[in-house]
Amino acid sequence: MPEPTPEEPYPAGGGPAAQDGAIAPTGMGGAMDLAASEGETLERPPGGPDGPDGPGPQDRPRSLWSDAWHDLRRNPVFLLSALVILFLVVISLWPSLIASGNPLKCDLARAQEGSRPGHPFGFDGQGCDVYTRTVYGARTSVTVGVLSTLGVALLGSVLGGLAGFFGGAGDSVLSRITDIFFAIPVVLGGLVLLSVITSNTVWPVIGFIVLLGWPQISRIARGSVITARQNDYVLAARALGASPSRLLLRHIAPNAVAPVIVVATIALGTYIALEATLSFLGVGLKPPSVSWGIDISGAAPYVRNAPHALLWPSGALAVTVLAFIMLGDAVRDALDPKLR
Amino acid sequence: MGRYVIRRLLQMVPVFIGATLLIFLMVNVMGDPIAGLCGDRECDPATAAQLRREFGLDKPVWQQYLTYMGNVFTGDFGTAFNGQPVTELMGTAFPVTIRLTVIALVFEVVVGIVLGVVTGLRRGRPVDTAVLVLTLVVISVPTFVTGLLLQLLLGVKWAWIRPSVSSDAPFGELILPGLVLASVSLAYVTRLTRTSIAENRRSDYVRTAIAKGLPRRRVITRHLLRNSLIPVVTFIGTDVGALMGGAIVTERIFNIHGVGYQLYQGILRQNTQTVVGFVTVLVLVFLVANLLVDLLYAVLDPRIRYA
Repeated sequence: MPEPTPEEPYPAGGGPAAQDGAIAPTGMGGAMDLAASEGETLERPPGGPDGPDGPGPQDRPRSLWSDAWHDLRRNPVFLLSALVILFLVVISLWPSLIASGNPLKCDLARAQEGSRPGHPFGFDGQGCDVYTRTVYGARTSVTVGVLSTLGVALLGSVLGGLAGFFGGAGDSVLSRITDIFFAIPVVLGGLVLLSVITSNTVWPVIGFIVLLGWPQISRIARGSVITARQNDYVLAARALGASPSRLLLRHIAPNAVAPVIVVATIALGTYIALEATLSFLGVGLKPPSVSWGIDISGAAPYVRNAPHALLWPSGALAVTVLAFIMLGDAVRDALDPKLR
Repeated sequence: MGRYVIRRLLQMVPVFIGATLLIFLMVNVMGDPIAGLCGDRECDPATAAQLRREFGLDKPVWQQYLTYMGNVFTGDFGTAFNGQPVTELMGTAFPVTIRLTVIALVFEVVVGIVLGVVTGLRRGRPVDTAVLVLTLVVISVPTFVTGLLLQLLLGVKWAWIRPSVSSDAPFGELILPGLVLASVSLAYVTRLTRTSIAENRRSDYVRTAIAKGLPRRRVITRHLLRNSLIPVVTFIGTDVGALMGGAIVTERIFNIHGVGYQLYQGILRQNTQTVVGFVTVLVLVFLVANLLVDLLYAVLDPRIRYA
């Protein structure tokens, strides 16, 4: 009997796709569940498989993507979050554009001082300039966020997509493996695995996020490939003798990738938060690396005397995560045919 | 029903084995547990070898895992390296974390569902937009930031509460930490309920219920809410495990001596048995919560039957 899923409460209605596409939002801690639940609405093929939906007054029917882009350009939420993200990317590539100081140059004599001319955010407990460190911290967050998302999306969609396409024993094994990963609390896994690693670069953190993050994308990709696979045009292509790789790459992938993109965008924000959390717990990046998580953790003990050292990096972190989640939200709205 | 439960229980077995094995391997990669015993100094090789033999660490990993699991099923979670049985640590830690989780769940269920119903019924109105923006903000601010800020504001600046929790951790002191722990999930529950309510509101059975003259309250609670709760229940069920595991951060901020604290200490001290023991229990809690959720579907929606 099909397991009831959030989107399909009635077992009778669920075909294999609806059934297996069920996403139990789990494991990865709260934040990633949003991605899963938001992505769920996209499990159905966007638009009808046959013919464009609502070409409107135009002569030439627009594809899903140009339609989505058309919507996005008019969405203030998208524009705002895209601007914030663009700004973050620029300052993480060239932080010296807006911060002339050195984030590691600290003067203990100025510890916990408030804001001064030239040092708008004041100084932290070690006498480092909070403004410079906040600007430089963007690089860590953006690097971890973007690279882990790429890794997770690549690994997850390849594994999930193949499992969904070929089915069979490999699929069952993969589903059980994802179950296992979902059962492990993510912060806990991070503490255990990263506490041994002494390397002080972003790579272990990225590797860890990819290791624990791929099952989420893999489930989405699998469900979405299973849905796309049953479309008539795929059957037609198969009947015409298309090879599996051609079916997968030319026919299924373009029609199954939308949910993956949405979930990955939202997940990007949550990975940034995860990196900060791990650094806060002392297992992510460690000083002398510059990361918002490290700064927040360092500022916590003397928060009574110098709250600004905690507030600025926290604010920057929150705005960054918010920007990515809003971007994902906007993309989902644009790609979701139900809202049209 | 009975057959379904048995099948689900059987399905849980591989997941349980896989998850515990994974953690067991991770902890073993974690480093030499003996090194953690001698403190900062290097261990005397003879002592180290003897300790290794004593704890069975000279055997291959799979054998250690089997021995360990064998012991777990007889109720022996091993000894922490300080000589205290791990079960004793659990006895003190779990009640605290369970209290914390219960508070968090109450917040999630009560506040989250109420907000979700209110906004779902008023989709597009100012209330809806305000709550929606608020949930986005709550989701975006990582828990440890929320926790530190609330601790700073309520505990230090305004002195409404004690900034850190005493070792007994009574319910009263856990309210704020519980809220912090619940915050992100609370936002999800609100959003999920809102979407679900807004979708079901246009359905035929709601129209029928209104048409036959039922009072609005009854339409909402008996017809609309009951049918909209399935995704929410799914989320809350899977969230129980995440809450208990995620309490590491909250417990650290508010200095609560619960599961998260013990785990954190266990990891810092490279105390394999503590870490694996606690994680094993957490995985079990997660699996059982998921099973309960699946069984709860049938209560919420009588059309769902388990054969």
